[in-house]
Amino acid sequence: MLELIIFSSLNGLLYGMLLFLLASGLTLIFSMMGVLNFAHASFYMLGAYFGFQISVYVGYWPGLVLAPLLVGVIGALVERYGLRRVHKHGHVAELLFTFGLAFIIEELVQMIWGRIPVDYRVPELLNFSAFTLFATTYPAFRMFMLLMSVAVFIGLLLLLTRTRVGLIIRAALAHPNMVGALGHNVPLVFMLVFGVGCGLAALAGVIAGPALVTQPAMAASLGPILFVVVVVGGLGSLQGAFVASLLIGMIQTFAVALNVSLADVLARFGFTVTRESMGGDLWMATVAQVAPIIPYLLLVLILIFRPKGLMGDRDT
Amino acid sequence: MKHVRRIHAWAAAFALTMASVAVQAQIKIAYIDPLSGGAATIGEHGLKHLNFLVEGINARGGVLGGQKLEAVAYDNKGSPQESLVQVQKAIDAGVRFMTQGNGSGAAIAISEFVSKYNERNPGKEVLFFNYAAVDPVLTNDKCSFWHFRWDANSDIKMAALTNFMTDKKDIKKVYIIGQDYSFGHAVRGAANSMLKAKRPDVQIVGDELHPLLKITDFAPYIAKIKASGADSVITGNWGNDMSLLLKAAADSGLQVNWYTYYAGGAGGPTAIKQTGLDHRVYQISEWHTNVPSSEMEAFADSFLKKYGGASGQGWWYLRMKNQMDMFADALNKAKSAEPKKVAAALADMKYKNSIGGETFMRASDHSLFQDMYISSFGAGTKYDEEKTGWGWKTVGVIKAQDTVIPTTCKMNVPS
Repeated sequence: MLELIIFSSLNGLLYGMLLFLLASGLTLIFSMMGVLNFAHASFYMLGAYFGFQISVYVGYWPGLVLAPLLVGVIGALVERYGLRRVHKHGHVAELLFTFGLAFIIEELVQMIWGRIPVDYRVPELLNFSAFTLFATTYPAFRMFMLLMSVAVFIGLLLLLTRTRVGLIIRAALAHPNMVGALGHNVPLVFMLVFGVGCGLAALAGVIAGPALVTQPAMAASLGPILFVVVVVGGLGSLQGAFVASLLIGMIQTFAVALNVSLADVLARFGFTVTRESMGGDLWMATVAQVAPIIPYLLLVLILIFRPKGLMGDRDT
Repeated sequence: MKHVRRIHAWAAAFALTMASVAVQAQIKIAYIDPLSGGAATIGEHGLKHLNFLVEGINARGGVLGGQKLEAVAYDNKGSPQESLVQVQKAIDAGVRFMTQGNGSGAAIAISEFVSKYNERNPGKEVLFFNYAAVDPVLTNDKCSFWHFRWDANSDIKMAALTNFMTDKKDIKKVYIIGQDYSFGHAVRGAANSMLKAKRPDVQIVGDELHPLLKITDFAPYIAKIKASGADSVITGNWGNDMSLLLKAAADSGLQVNWYTYYAGGAGGPTAIKQTGLDHRVYQISEWHTNVPSSEMEAFADSFLKKYGGASGQGWWYLRMKNQMDMFADALNKAKSAEPKKVAAALADMKYKNSIGGETFMRASDHSLFQDMYISSFGAGTKYDEEKTGWGWKTVGVIKAQDTVIPTTCKMNVPS
């Protein structure tokens, strides 16, 4: 039991931090520009594929730096030549633009790298088990993923709280018009933030690519959860995104470990339901079976009871 | 003058249509399986099989005195709804023979669609060749005259596996894990009932279903298996679900025996090697590369050379070879490519396959019965898989007659 809890916590923490890497970029972009970037998970996928291609030529480690840079530049260009033009047509137009962009990126990836998963390997340096606890080993690469995510989080925190750029960004987060009126080059800040946001997503891709399969469907599998994180955390709040990512990461991982079903709960109170009773399968479904939809349940509850999200300051 | 020119125009048009009809004398078979998504690796591998088989049949002179076969690929993305769209596309393109295998959900949808289509379009029937979807219901309650299955159904496979497990006294706690759809439910049901009957002393410590072809990180499930204290795992998982499950087991160093249906599918052997479990992963199949047979060994070798690729994924579906060889035979026996006549020729066909085994199609439910092999994966075999250095070794054989189980099929045989 203790073993299950420890490893579930580690896995949940890992998954949560990965979600945060993605959600932080998304929250920054949304808070600053009011654009919900539907293509954010696609930049994550691009980062993984760029990292894979770089690893084919020079190895995994250069990819860790190059891939986020490349994708960040692409993101900045998308903002400068795409979003900025669409901006004057309103938020819906921006939304549709990023939505279309997501499809285009997915098709491009399929055209260039094919539809089968690519063999993005864990670097040899990290291909061992970090420690053994209760006869279960934990891969070193996962520890690396965890440490990288924490490092990026701390870096982001320091950037936002201790530097001038961070000051301007935080100001633009809350009062973009005022910041513009004060003479700062707000469009440049927007472009930088979009680029950095995409770069963060790409970094998450390079980190997660070898562990979770690098395939064209990876954007679609992570995309919806990302929005749940951002909405639950609260649009406009980085701390909220952090809390929500960890919460959802932990919930999804621990839910898989629970074999309780409604039938079990009812049995406690003396009601016996089996697969043959009315609505049979519904009673017999265990928490583990419905684990993937629990984040969406949370999303619905938040939207009903607290639309601002856990720590948000703007209405969803 | 105008009158003569119009006749020339009509004659030209008539000649052209006749010419195009003559060119279309190829017999097309549609491959409707996932070419994207979580089963893309398996789907692509199966397509290579079909292409290789069609090339071979055509090289040997084709069928019906010179007509060539042609394989046409359609991506059903693993979804039953998408499969129906693709079947309709195939029918519109003039294809009369469909084949599919990855996913009983898609197979059931296709089988029902084909039955309804054939009912409503007499004279334009199509046939469905199922080479791998093994939910028993396809040859029982949902059986159809137009559906043929070349793989032993899930109950037969589970009966063979549980018989093998009966004598293994080191099995004390079993964990059952599967994909949450019709086939996974069938496996879980059969495993539970058959284990209870044959090994009442064994404790079933886990009975788990997970979403189909969606999960990329099985670490939480492996943690659960570890926590249950199981020494053996039974699973019908295939595609990414099998290879990633094994990969997660390798990452966490899980030491259990695996009793599987599809651990040998593309990507599986590489994952098994990573786990380091030498001859502790078992599968039940109709063949493996180390079944001694000079004909089949040469055949598998030539496939590996042509289509093996960088990953070295070799021949895996003897059942598809059986299917295509019997299809060619049926075409020649019926002397026609009319699906109804081909179906009649196939319905009770007896066939000696490439490893010298006597197989037979049962007319009452269109199931093919063949010898089944239980094998384990490890070191010390003649042929290895996917460049791992490990290969399959037979640990048990069940003869075709011993695999026969009754059927509840009540087929509507058209006149």
